[in-house]
Amino acid sequence: MLSTFQYPKFDYVRPPEIAEARDGHYPVVIVGAGPVGLTAAIDLAQQGQRVLLLDNDDTVSIGSRGVCYAKRTLEVLDRLGCAEEMVQKGVSWNVGRTFFREEEVFNFNLCPEPDHHRPGMINLQQYYLEDDLIKRARLLPNLEIRFRNNVIGVTPDAEKATLRVETPDGAYTLSADWLIVADGARSPIRTMLGLDIDGKIFMDRFLIADVVMKAEFPTERWFWFDPPFHRNQSVLLHRQADNVFRIDFQLGWNVDPEEEKKPENVIPRIKAMLGDDREFELEWVSVYTFQCRRMNRFNHGRVLFVGDAAHQVSPFGARGANSGIQDTDNLVWKLKLVMDGKAPATLLDTYSDERCYAADENIMNSTRSTDFITPKSAVSKTFRNAVLGLAEQFPFARALVNSGRLSVPSFLADSRLNTADSDVFAGNMIPGAPMDDAPVAMADGTQWLLGAAGNCFQLLHYIPDAGALDAASAQALRSLIDAPIPVEAIVVAERGTAPAGLKTLIDAKGRVRERYDLREGTSYLVRPDQHVAARWRALDLAQVRAAVARATCNA
Amino acid sequence: MALNTQPNLHEPGKRHFRAFSPGDDFYEALIATHRDLTDEQSAMVNARLILLLANHIGDISVLREAMQIAREGA
Repeated sequence: MLSTFQYPKFDYVRPPEIAEARDGHYPVVIVGAGPVGLTAAIDLAQQGQRVLLLDNDDTVSIGSRGVCYAKRTLEVLDRLGCAEEMVQKGVSWNVGRTFFREEEVFNFNLCPEPDHHRPGMINLQQYYLEDDLIKRARLLPNLEIRFRNNVIGVTPDAEKATLRVETPDGAYTLSADWLIVADGARSPIRTMLGLDIDGKIFMDRFLIADVVMKAEFPTERWFWFDPPFHRNQSVLLHRQADNVFRIDFQLGWNVDPEEEKKPENVIPRIKAMLGDDREFELEWVSVYTFQCRRMNRFNHGRVLFVGDAAHQVSPFGARGANSGIQDTDNLVWKLKLVMDGKAPATLLDTYSDERCYAADENIMNSTRSTDFITPKSAVSKTFRNAVLGLAEQFPFARALVNSGRLSVPSFLADSRLNTADSDVFAGNMIPGAPMDDAPVAMADGTQWLLGAAGNCFQLLHYIPDAGALDAASAQALRSLIDAPIPVEAIVVAERGTAPAGLKTLIDAKGRVRERYDLREGTSYLVRPDQHVAARWRALDLAQVRAAVARATCNA
Repeated sequence: MALNTQPNLHEPGKRHFRAFSPGDDFYEALIATHRDLTDEQSAMVNARLILLLANHIGDISVLREAMQIAREGA
């Protein structure tokens, strides 16, 4: 098989514990340098925390694996300073086409509204994402990555977790105040700790092939139900970077995965699909099954589970890596506050609560997609085909066609960290909502709201003319930074410049005001992970401080 | 009144943040209604469901239009 990508080989370095024959101790150890572990490590290191990241391998993901990275993931990676390369390299797409038997029944556009920085989704091979994350990680001096360091034992207690780690030079012992487990769906650490993960296995197999070809297929997602070239099953075609196409064939349960993976069996399937003598090369092939399941809770004392180690979904809807990266987005600021002694450890319970809620939503949505794509009974298939038959002509039926729902962040509406509204607001930016983006202008060149938000608590205060902010309000806003948990105030305005010591954010197209239902005096408290914590129609310092306390379990 | 073929599903008291959610909620409930039934039982459930919904809609001209469209695709 040919290769469009040169797999890097990362150097193994003899750990100091072995060189100096001693045990090590670290404030945070992360296990697993996949997309989720790397994101967690970069986020913590960027917050000034020293981090040790262990991985049992010495390269990036083999094969394209996770290929769809959703808008919210790109926004998180923007906060970590590494989305731009991925968006440049990846394939941005908005149009999806759905075929039923011989016919195209409809197409859709993912981009629901204008004036957001990032597209709904990009397609990018997982190895590129990991490669970019490792490049970013290596710019952070307080982040150490150790390749070919395999965790073979874990012993947690009330104050720490002790690890036994195997390397080419033998084994060593280290302990960590906090252990973040990002070691994937089969999670050896979860198994070592005897922790349960419950859910259901889907009795189906899918063949995925990365195919290199110079094809004039547009940059769209094509999904076939029951196509003539693969009867009674589904097929998905996606374009990735470098003229690599991802093709998924549903195979059914009663096939031999090893046989199906052989090129002599894969190539005829692809030829039948392309329907001509077009030249192509197989780059990577795999057969997968999947489960939808999650752990009962994601935090176990000093051990914190993220990503596939904590929860798994069917691949329809790209909710694996995307939800794992959102786990770290939720976890890291909380862990940092706990480590700095600024919040009680119960704040980490809210990591589990909020991300279990999100995992349940992801499992629900991907299970619904799976049930539509692969109906489990005759009547379910009849309804499915009836929907597809009506979809060409009738908009209501198009809305019911479910070949995978776009991965979107959860509205944490029921989180105990939220302060309930006491004023009336229109729109979706309720306490717990993931912030909507909007075009803005700032003195430092920032052009997007989400580029200005995140990494600390912030208060967005709206006034039409920033220059008209009265001295008392300016003083009150400035004072928010002087607290154990500082709050950065940002004056959102249509025009003008805020008094000294305050940032001004100009609402360039009026979208911030529209999406957040702003009126003069409206103030939004937002979390370091760009979720709304509280909002009011007028600025009241005591209310802001109470809401910060509530959002950090200090109330 | 003509037959409404635009997306029209909603649930009182429930706030949907995503356009696909109400349709998916309905479809899941529909498939769940048939869980563990034989094909014969499912056919009976569908017949009862149509009768109940037809009475709820009430307007026979709307029902005629729906019946005609449904038959065309059989």
